[in-house]
Amino acid sequence: MATLNLNGKDVSIPDDPRTTLLDFLHQHLSLFGTKKGCDHGQCGACTVIADGKRINACLVFAFQLEGAEVTTIEGIGEGESLHPLQKAFIERDAFQCGYCTSGQICSGVSLLREMKNEDPSAVTYSQTRHSKASLKEDISERMSGNLCRCGAYPNIVDAITDVIALERQ
Amino acid sequence: MQPFTLHHYNGEKPLSSLPLDTRSRFLAGGTNLIDLMKLQVETPKTLVSLAKWDKANTISEDDNYYYIGAMVTNSDLAKFAHTQPSLSLLAQALLSGATVQLRNRATTAGNLLQRTRCYYFYDTTKACNKREPGTGCSAYDSMNRIHAIFGTSESCIATHPSDMAVAMIALNAQVHTQQPDGNTRQIALRDFYREPGETPHIETQLDEDELITHVSIKKKANGTQYYHKVRDRSSYAFALVSVAAGLKIEDGRIKDLSLAFGGVGTKPWYPQKAISVLEGAEPTQEVILQSAEAELSEAKTFGSNDFKPELLRRTLTKVLLELAEHQVKHPGHEGALYDNA
Repeated sequence: MATLNLNGKDVSIPDDPRTTLLDFLHQHLSLFGTKKGCDHGQCGACTVIADGKRINACLVFAFQLEGAEVTTIEGIGEGESLHPLQKAFIERDAFQCGYCTSGQICSGVSLLREMKNEDPSAVTYSQTRHSKASLKEDISERMSGNLCRCGAYPNIVDAITDVIALERQ
Repeated sequence: MQPFTLHHYNGEKPLSSLPLDTRSRFLAGGTNLIDLMKLQVETPKTLVSLAKWDKANTISEDDNYYYIGAMVTNSDLAKFAHTQPSLSLLAQALLSGATVQLRNRATTAGNLLQRTRCYYFYDTTKACNKREPGTGCSAYDSMNRIHAIFGTSESCIATHPSDMAVAMIALNAQVHTQQPDGNTRQIALRDFYREPGETPHIETQLDEDELITHVSIKKKANGTQYYHKVRDRSSYAFALVSVAAGLKIEDGRIKDLSLAFGGVGTKPWYPQKAISVLEGAEPTQEVILQSAEAELSEAKTFGSNDFKPELLRRTLTKVLLELAEHQVKHPGHEGALYDNA
């Protein structure tokens, strides 16, 4: 039977090929941490990490991820211990209603890895040629796939900046 | 979502073993097709998943060409292009498009074949010749701010949304395909897309059962390069106008120019008339504006997009003047105009 690995456990992929990864999490596994916002890849509330890369769970069928390792917000921390970015979100008040937060955090956790790997972003080629583009500008660009209707953006960027600083110590 | 029959293609079985017809679709990353299936804009009877086609997920090169597999993601291609000074234009275009999440799934072939973001194409309650041939074009006399000024017809004025394809057209990429009878084809990307005419639902030269296997780009110096995208917000928005340009200056004159426009054409636009004015000329503001006028001689606007010709003039002028200035200051430079890396 076809499976994918979800937060460390193998789970069977549903028979109906129309099932998106997001609907699979909700309807088959009762994992509701990953949110459905727009369901069209525009808001990022459903962001999860598949084989180390952040993706929109609403725009991929579960069967496309056969054999993949998928991490959702439920698998970001270790047991009761929060991921440093989860702690930073609390410290920085990086959410208000909280609906986008699980997607923001999954996205941010991937961002930390991408920046460590020096993956390029559009800011790498930005017009701010007279001075090095700011880290906050770069974080904002890399997080543009995650919308926040409450407008907690400055605090989200601050939380990510804190963890980057922590990792560079 | 309508039910469909699922098949898999891993590159080993012949394509002829698959039930390919007008109601079948290849599924690569799915970021566009799945969205369209949810909206019932696309209702394929058969989906052929390419998720297990590992061989198409590689980038290779020899002395003369880069070969980019059909299933290479936009993220992986951007990362590779970023390391190659002559492909900076491609890296810039890719990174200006969509979001990290989407680029991590979107593929090279899927990006080329993505559908328009015309509002009326997406709205199944509205007439659209591209979605449902013969029903009419809702955009023609209506809200058409994002629509095309080049290559339009009375049947369709929708733009092609890709940034990657614009850079690839400037770089003269070649599309390689495989057909069910085992034959292969090579099509210049500049000839790959069709203007809508009376059949806007037929967008490329591909047959329904033909599969893109890879894209090749010739290795050559492309000078100083800049993909400048003008849009409504600074990230995650489609281009209103974009200019992809690579410029080499020698003895004060344009020695080599790679140029294409996005956001203005019913296909990623290769501006032959503008290029013929610019080649060998001194890159002055006057000459650049003459080249824009040459290209715009056949442009047509539709009310809400009347601003696009002027926006194109200004964007082209800014891009070429800045590239020329950089080339004069740094003769023989190869790579991005701006690079904060």
